[in-house]
Amino acid sequence: MNPGFAYPNELETQWTLFIVLYPYITGLVAGAFIVSSLYHVFDIKALKPVARMSLITALAFLLVAPLTLLLHLGQPLRGIYIFITPQFRSAMAGFGFIWMFYLILVLAETWLVFRRDIVAYVKSTQGIKKAFYSALALGVYDLSERSLYIDKKLIKILAAAGIPSAALLHGYVGFIFGAIKANPWWSSPLMPLIFLLSAIVSGIALLIVIYVVISKIRKQPVDHACVDTMVQWLAGFLVVDLAFEGLEVISMLYESEDSWEIISLLITQKLRVSFLMVQLGFGSLLPLIVLLAAHSVRLRAGTRTAISFGGAFMILMGVLAMRWNVVIGGQLFSKSLAGLLSYTPPLMGQEGVLAAASFLALPLAILAALFYVLPPWKEVVEGEAQPAIAARQRRRFG
Amino acid sequence: MNLSRRQFLKGGAATLGGVALLSSPMAYALRNSTKTEAPPETKLEQYDWEKHYYAFAVDTTKCIGCGKCVVACKLENKVPPDPEHTRTWVERYVITEEQEIFVDSPEAGMEGFVQPQMNLKYQGLAISESFFVPKLCNQCEKPPCVQVCPVAATYATKDGVILVDQKRCIGCRYCIQACPYGARYLVPDGDVTPNGYSRVADKCTWCYHRVVKGHPPACVEACPVGARVFGDMRDPQSPVREILRHSRVYTLKPSLGTKPKVFYIGLHFGVV
Repeated sequence: MNPGFAYPNELETQWTLFIVLYPYITGLVAGAFIVSSLYHVFDIKALKPVARMSLITALAFLLVAPLTLLLHLGQPLRGIYIFITPQFRSAMAGFGFIWMFYLILVLAETWLVFRRDIVAYVKSTQGIKKAFYSALALGVYDLSERSLYIDKKLIKILAAAGIPSAALLHGYVGFIFGAIKANPWWSSPLMPLIFLLSAIVSGIALLIVIYVVISKIRKQPVDHACVDTMVQWLAGFLVVDLAFEGLEVISMLYESEDSWEIISLLITQKLRVSFLMVQLGFGSLLPLIVLLAAHSVRLRAGTRTAISFGGAFMILMGVLAMRWNVVIGGQLFSKSLAGLLSYTPPLMGQEGVLAAASFLALPLAILAALFYVLPPWKEVVEGEAQPAIAARQRRRFG
Repeated sequence: MNLSRRQFLKGGAATLGGVALLSSPMAYALRNSTKTEAPPETKLEQYDWEKHYYAFAVDTTKCIGCGKCVVACKLENKVPPDPEHTRTWVERYVITEEQEIFVDSPEAGMEGFVQPQMNLKYQGLAISESFFVPKLCNQCEKPPCVQVCPVAATYATKDGVILVDQKRCIGCRYCIQACPYGARYLVPDGDVTPNGYSRVADKCTWCYHRVVKGHPPACVEACPVGARVFGDMRDPQSPVREILRHSRVYTLKPSLGTKPKVFYIGLHFGVV
């Protein structure tokens, strides 16, 4: 068939850059949270340097996630309807509730994890700062052994509950796309799985980048064992993620249904750079090979961490490209399956490249503010705390 | 008659030119204002939506591609004038001797298909067949747009029409993505619906505001050849019932399970 027809209404691209950012940011939240849970639930000790950092990172990105959605609405002021009169047969209706649930969970866990710090800051600061930390303390100053023990139990429960919640949060985003039968590029039961896996991948990669950058800024030595452990998990999830992403396209190709003709054009023409080169090549396969190689040969720990940092950064770009390829890619061909469409984001304007870039920078700004308020690397040890714990922490952080 | 396809198209172009002239918006408005035989109007209070179930038939063998229906719809429903926002449109199919299919819908069909530049691309092709397919909302029995609306702004009426409650619509565009037929659009900034809303989803309603008063949809009334037929499945005398009784009909994309209620006569393979 002659490729070149689209239904007239399709000439306008409906979901643009903000909707690309939304699953990207949500994915980073889910992934960062999983890292903190690896430490708090599965007790992977090597991840201790990033355990608290990952929680704060998840929180910073979680706060921004709904903003991109809200601003994309034609009627942002009516956004609240999704809470007041949700229509639960819609795959979108649950978003607000899942997000809210997750926010409560992350806030609660963050508070419990940082409670000792907050109490210590209340005691060590003056004036406005003291008032601020007092407010954060929520009136709870009990740092008795028993109280801290309960905290620890609660953290473990919340972190454990957070794993299925993170899976739900992001698998759900995948379902929003995967459940659209009108769009053969989206409609797939693998979509939630692919979204979830790529989310975990992007979250771990983000933490590698943030941890290394923060260590450099603070002029502190990087804990190479911690980075290595993160890379191992990253590579593991990336392999599974790639397998599913490949499976998706390979089965489309092999079955060659009526939609394949246009989808093959989509992949080879419209998404040649962003899918084949960035998502699969520079954002997945290349960093995977490099990371595996760097961990198979004998290298100086510093060199290996530098390579890990570079690989993680490429993977972050690869996952961003994946979000683009799903969201925009799904709108670059007509649902008539008879033609391709085009979309180039404007530089300026509400959904321009600059606005989108600011929205990617916003969680980083929030993160910086949170790091200032509750530095995750500075674990304050109270006098009442158990001497054994205190001693161990001093060894690690002193 | 032994006319070649080419000669036939040339001759037809002249005829169509006349039709297109008549079908300009002004001509339509003029014709409408002089119309004498108005159907008896039903009072809204007497209307019982449980007593009707509407359906639509499109005879692709009759459509001449004049685009009058598109213009009538734009005027009746204050649809934005540009082709990217349209409740109904006309597609042209050109099939070559080797069964290669070309589809287009310049200006969503509202200017007709007679302007020379619209036909340049078909010069030199061995055309075996050409026909027009008017499109509109299928008012599906299993509407994916209703399913995906997160706030229930899009809903199905008891008489079988899918409407958008535009004071509830949040403008998330999920329904636009979910419609397999491309029947929906977001009312752009600067344009308003007849109800005065902007930046909300909109679509063909089969002119529900007319239908409940006993009038046919504007496109049906504007069609000069009777290619668009509207009717009530609960009414044994309805022209739609007549067509479904006597013709082989087909719906668009039946494999998606949406159960459209626009039935097409003479649909060719390759119609998207």
